[in-house]
Amino acid sequence: MPLSLLKYGLRRDYVPHGDIPPTPDLKKSYDVVIVGGGGHGLAAAYYLSHVHGITDVAILEKGYLAGGNTARNTTTVRSNYMTEQSVAFYKEGVSLFETMSHDLGFNVMFSQRGQLTLAHSDATMRSFRLRAEMGKHMGTRIEVVDAKAVQEICPHVNMDFGGQHEVLGGLWHEDGGTARHDAVAWGYAKRAAEKGVEIHQRTEVQGFRKSGDRVTHVITDRGEIAAGQVLQAVGGLNGQVAELAGFRLPIRSFPLQAMVTQPLKPFLDVLLSSANMHTYLVQSSRGEVVIGGGSDPYQLVSTRSTFDQKEALAAGAVHLVPFLHNVKLLRQWAGITDMTPDYSPIMGESPLRNYWLDCGWGTWGFKATPVAGKRMAETIATGRVPEILKPFALSRFEHFALVNEMGATAASH
Amino acid sequence: MKILDCPLNGPRNITEFQYLGPLRQEEAEDAGSLVARVFFPPNPAGVLVEWWRHTTSNTVFLAERDTLTDEVLRTWLPDRKSHEEFPA
Repeated sequence: MPLSLLKYGLRRDYVPHGDIPPTPDLKKSYDVVIVGGGGHGLAAAYYLSHVHGITDVAILEKGYLAGGNTARNTTTVRSNYMTEQSVAFYKEGVSLFETMSHDLGFNVMFSQRGQLTLAHSDATMRSFRLRAEMGKHMGTRIEVVDAKAVQEICPHVNMDFGGQHEVLGGLWHEDGGTARHDAVAWGYAKRAAEKGVEIHQRTEVQGFRKSGDRVTHVITDRGEIAAGQVLQAVGGLNGQVAELAGFRLPIRSFPLQAMVTQPLKPFLDVLLSSANMHTYLVQSSRGEVVIGGGSDPYQLVSTRSTFDQKEALAAGAVHLVPFLHNVKLLRQWAGITDMTPDYSPIMGESPLRNYWLDCGWGTWGFKATPVAGKRMAETIATGRVPEILKPFALSRFEHFALVNEMGATAASH
Repeated sequence: MKILDCPLNGPRNITEFQYLGPLRQEEAEDAGSLVARVFFPPNPAGVLVEWWRHTTSNTVFLAERDTLTDEVLRTWLPDRKSHEEFPA
């Protein structure tokens, strides 16, 4: 690699190249049609083409590549969940991030710097002990730490001793990290396109043609295409697209708002999060402090931003790290999250036989990009849902077999 | 600050209100529709009828709001006798 890089740099006839080819014409039919050109859909296409040898794949994206929640999330990668099923699944996700740059030959800037979640109450400490024990049982790096250790791990934290939000301790998750979201999507897109996967941007799915309990055709604004299998992975619009396919999902849409500050010198070398303050901070490689994530308190499918949420997030951030009080905000945005009742995703079978779901990713989807792609590709290729995905089936709601992860998220809901 | 028109107290800041979620059509008492009632609430990209509560006066009322534009179309006190607007 270094030698080829040197030769490339010294070449006189340097030709810039695009990572993905321009949108081709739609063919009449594809073995697999993936609805949604975000991280999850692209990862599924990558695994279909590279692991399972299925290359007759079309990705249909209404907007531009990875421009929805893949572009709007706050890039936390972690596995410190509450239930055994979730930890097993997200742990595989973290391990795929660890080798992703190498696997894809594309620098996704994965920085495994550890996530520190603060507890400001005894109730939070109790839930941390539960999560730490489950994490250790499942073989992840996680431990409950006391206030002194919190200060050692992150000296900038306002401990607020004697105050209303005194830091009692923390949940230290060394496996936690962050990656460059665009690079993850583009890495998968580039490698999938090399194998012949077609990426159709600005192609909106308007409906489905069905025969019995199977989807036969996908209707788009560029024409109708026959599909052997369909994967739905459309982020905030999952509820609406499922209705186009003729069934309902247990999803409510809420905007999640986040923001970044102007760039600062590197000072925050962990992912810092507070369950009680509903605020988390991460410093990007550019030096900007990413501050997330406040959900609007009521259902909405508009990505408008509100001053209230900015104010609440800023209050939390300034409380946790007081020297941010004079720092200016650079950008703010919102994304539509498809929230499920138990804060866990919906993966696997739908009421239709050849229509697969990768939905309900709410505020927790980015970390699962590689593992959801890998396991959904396996599902589509074999026609069987792997064991690791079975707890997340849509049918769990009929059986009241929920996978409750409400307490394992720092975003406010 | 967004303003919500409470049927009892008039226009107030939205921070004075609690969101109680969409009005659900299915019956909770009917075993056949229980799953839909609990887990499958309406989630339209468009007009949604939903419950709100003005917290300080404990006024529970209904609102019609467009989830695409975040525009509140109307608010009203439910008629307790009307099964349609106040299902069990």
